[in-house]
Amino acid sequence: MLLEAAGISKIFGKLTALDGAALTVGENEFHGLIGPNGSGKSTLMKCIAGAEVPTQGKVSFVNTDITAFTPTERARAGMSLKFQITSVLPSLTLYDNILLALQAQSSLLDLVFSRTRSALHDQVMTMLTQFRLADRAFDPAAALSHGQQQWLEIAMALAGKPKLLLLDEPTGGMSLEERRVTGELLQPIKQHCSLVIVEHDLDFIRDICDRLTVLDQGKVLASGTVPEIQANKSVQEIYLRRA
Amino acid sequence: MPKSMGAVKQAIPAEIGGEADVAMASSGTAVQTAAGRKILPIVEGVVLVAALAAPLVLQDYLTVFATRVIILALFALSFDLVWGYAGIMSFGQALFFGSAGYGVALLARDLDITNILLVLPAGTIIGLTFALLLGGFLLLGRHPSSVIFVSLGTLTGSYAADRLARGWYYLGGQNGIPSISSMTLGGYEFSEGPSFYYLVLGILIVVYLLCRFLVRSQFGLALAGLRENEQRIAFFGYKVQHLKAIIFAIGGAIAGLAGSLYAFHEGFVWPNMVGVVVSTQVVLYVLFGGSGTLIGAVIGTVIVEGVSFWLSDNYRDIWPIILGVLLLLVILFRPLGLISFVLGERERVGSFGAKAKEGVKEKRNAP
Repeated sequence: MLLEAAGISKIFGKLTALDGAALTVGENEFHGLIGPNGSGKSTLMKCIAGAEVPTQGKVSFVNTDITAFTPTERARAGMSLKFQITSVLPSLTLYDNILLALQAQSSLLDLVFSRTRSALHDQVMTMLTQFRLADRAFDPAAALSHGQQQWLEIAMALAGKPKLLLLDEPTGGMSLEERRVTGELLQPIKQHCSLVIVEHDLDFIRDICDRLTVLDQGKVLASGTVPEIQANKSVQEIYLRRA
Repeated sequence: MPKSMGAVKQAIPAEIGGEADVAMASSGTAVQTAAGRKILPIVEGVVLVAALAAPLVLQDYLTVFATRVIILALFALSFDLVWGYAGIMSFGQALFFGSAGYGVALLARDLDITNILLVLPAGTIIGLTFALLLGGFLLLGRHPSSVIFVSLGTLTGSYAADRLARGWYYLGGQNGIPSISSMTLGGYEFSEGPSFYYLVLGILIVVYLLCRFLVRSQFGLALAGLRENEQRIAFFGYKVQHLKAIIFAIGGAIAGLAGSLYAFHEGFVWPNMVGVVVSTQVVLYVLFGGSGTLIGAVIGTVIVEGVSFWLSDNYRDIWPIILGVLLLLVILFRPLGLISFVLGERERVGSFGAKAKEGVKEKRNAP
């Protein structure tokens, strides 16, 4: 298994956000994390990415216990996160945003003497082209539409060639067309990367994911392939309850 | 003070929004950027010419004053690197400035060492060492330290050094160390006046160019990312704490260099030089001129010192109040500093990619 999170609990004061949640993701697997609002999806993502420290539980990544790793150490181990709230660097150009992500593991001397700048140029432009942003390369990221910022952010998250990409609501606030394009943009990365994706848009999830985990009130309600989850009575119930 | 810092940070997105609208409205964004980029070198050129010509037109006592200002501008550069580029709120920059001043004063007093080739490197190393020690403690934790922790930590360091200097007999106590001999090179003595002026101007230019090189490198891009969103770039795998400690140490070294020049220029050192007052002064220079531009730090120092000088001559009793009001007005209405009257946000941040693009174009055009 690429990622194994087991028995994850997270308590904020009196609120139990996660209560023994678990998640396993294999290589080249697209795994959807779904559940009603407040079920703990984002918190679980943050515990996996290192943005939150779980109160209890263990996270293993490529057979290493990374529970105590900092975000930087997790990134260097091959894990990458796209935040729920877009956090592109607004006053930098798109080009610089991508370059910043690509050069993250260059040595200090390479950075000071800008030795990797010309070598990375083609990679920057390839990524911008792949995410349909090449014509905006030298605009500040703040000038992009919300959907484009999300794509830029996915591109940035992929820049370090991660083994696992964590996407927190990538299609939030997107138009239907933008959602469709996002799905197309994500498909090719399956060859070299696994994906954990938190998403409210169930159609989107169903189209691109291999397996699903359903959270409810901080616990795993069900986990399995897409057809299995669709057939699951209790899952249907919580979604009906919500509707 | 924290409130005005907030204002600075908050003001940035509004400026960018404005820029972005302009960029979107125009189809020739690249042209606009290229045109915009030319303003900074012009400002730098004007400042350079004015600085070179100053001793030729100024009376002697004003040249001495201008020398002091240039040294303080060097000191301001160190703070601009630390705050303007890396977002580290150092309220103790005078610790490195003053400790280097005391260090070289002791070298001159006790060991009779005044050779410029020894005292300036020594002062730089003292500043660097203190910054490494303090930075190591404040910045190199396993998790990023908060702005408050760092600003209070540096403030405390500076305050403690001030108290220590006041109480320690060996350092001259309240009176500091007076009548330091002149800095020498072979048989030549650097005394106040044009020669000292051009010496410090030369040093300022070299340090400025090195800083400029650094902030426009890929390392500078990492710093820009750090300042905008520290957490984000940690998730890319940057060792954020290391980046900060490195820039803090470089800032300390520059402050140390400035402090040793200041000690020899003034001929004495005193406890204020390591204390909170000077630490705050440098913050004001940089905020007033415009942080994160390098040249803004230099301009801010010249204007704050120049205006104080003029006001104290003409309004002997109330000049600090007038100066205070002026500073407040600038921080309220021009949170990006005076430099923002002529310089757009894009130039302030520096477009690292545009440069790469030009480079690649040149390569492709080459036979």
